[in-house]
Amino acid sequence: MSAENEAKRYRIVVDRDLCQGHGVCESEAPNVFELAAKATTVTVLDETPPATERAAVEAAVKYCPTHALSIEEIT
Amino acid sequence: MSTTTTDTLASPPKVSGDDGDTGHLEELRRDPIGLMRRVRAECGDVGEFRLADTELVLLTDAEANEVFFRAGDEDLDQAAAYPFMTPIFGAGVVFDAPPERRREMLHNQALRDKYMRGHAETIAEQVRGMVADWGDEGEIDLLDFFAELTIYTSSACLIGRKFRNQLDGRFAELYHDLERGTDAYAFVDPYADLEAFRRRDAARVAIVELVQGLMDSRRAGPPATDDDRDLMDVLLSIPGDDGGPRFTADEITGMFISMMFAGHHTTSGTAAWTLIELLRNPEWMQRSTADLDALSAAGEDVTYQALRDIPNLEASLKEALRLHPPLILLMRVVRTPFDVAGVHIAEGKMVGASPAISNRIPEAFEKPDTFDPGRYLAPRDDERANPWNWIPFGAGRHRCVGAAFAQMQIKAIFAVLLRDWEFAMAQPADSYRNDHSKMVVQLEQPCKVTYRRRTNP
Repeated sequence: MSAENEAKRYRIVVDRDLCQGHGVCESEAPNVFELAAKATTVTVLDETPPATERAAVEAAVKYCPTHALSIEEIT
Repeated sequence: MSTTTTDTLASPPKVSGDDGDTGHLEELRRDPIGLMRRVRAECGDVGEFRLADTELVLLTDAEANEVFFRAGDEDLDQAAAYPFMTPIFGAGVVFDAPPERRREMLHNQALRDKYMRGHAETIAEQVRGMVADWGDEGEIDLLDFFAELTIYTSSACLIGRKFRNQLDGRFAELYHDLERGTDAYAFVDPYADLEAFRRRDAARVAIVELVQGLMDSRRAGPPATDDDRDLMDVLLSIPGDDGGPRFTADEITGMFISMMFAGHHTTSGTAAWTLIELLRNPEWMQRSTADLDALSAAGEDVTYQALRDIPNLEASLKEALRLHPPLILLMRVVRTPFDVAGVHIAEGKMVGASPAISNRIPEAFEKPDTFDPGRYLAPRDDERANPWNWIPFGAGRHRCVGAAFAQMQIKAIFAVLLRDWEFAMAQPADSYRNDHSKMVVQLEQPCKVTYRRRTNP
């Protein structure tokens, strides 16, 4: 992995008090988030997804109806 | 929540004005926002008032609100805090169910993101139905109009179009009587001999009869195909232990009333206040209309995707919610004593958080009483900056599960209304106000506006 990609690593943080399982994140980034049929909160399939998923994850964070998601940069 | 408590901390300070009888109940029924403002002014972030035999501790800043909203049901119990809802929903429905069951029911599949696309189109269709006979100009009462419209949108989206198509304005009137039955006197006796409670009970009986009639006719002619099934058909098809029908008309009515309740008066009132504030602030009306005209010009229909990117209308809607939150007092019963902001709160008391107060705290919001949608447009973001003070939908575990649906719904409503119609106030700008005499806040009538078909949409 190049130094540039290395610098872009990030981690997904879910506030479990806030997540209600609406599934907006799953619609935005299906490779990263999954909402099982009867689940009440989200399952994160990949907590440190590749840079190629970054735009989709940012949309998930933006549109999460309970603001339960955030991105933490890994330094 | 922190459950470590000490015996050394004082009880919360009490606000003035206890009448020696039912305490502050009469003031709560007359001027709840005035009472809650006085609590904050006299007592600070934590202060207490009395409703008959119950002491209610009002929490009004971010720190205390965060404790309130993060708490689980085992510590702060939501179910026991709303005695005025039980006669409306009926015994055994929602608020009387155990927390696990309630979470399951609250987790209404219809509110999941993947269903929102269909809901956007359903809502637009219901709005077009309401304005179909409008002619070129006229006058509407905002309470009557939005209360009826949101009966149709919520029933169509949450229960199904088939059920919606079996309702008319009469159902909206009965539903209004249920909402008007939320007199705070229920803290003393929810079945007292009050006009509001008699009308509430008569309305519920009439709705059960209506539902029974629909059930009978559906049993006589079951749906031909799966596409023709709505939630009522599904409930009717579930057998009970004895092989007979699982649910009575009374139980199905209770489920439908409770499913529609949280999203009805709230959405109706917020749609009305959004329109009132846009009319009071023409710059934002112009900007919101421009958002929608841009979508039209791009050939976009009223879709969920299109509605996600109309920033000026969305910001105006958020600001209407901040200034005129449809719920003004959220309550819990204390099951586990706790300390907050230097005071001790004992088991058995009630605690409350108030969107009407917290949404206007000057430490959190610049010019808190001014309608300024700019506070949500980049680089500003007063909503995310104040997760425990910007609380029109509550926050934390019990945050309104319908918040995303509600905001999409209001955007869809205005996407139809503002593209084709121009509105004007039909009474002085400062004469639009809320009626706070019931726990369910509604617009005070008259609340009229005029409409005219746009000539150059």
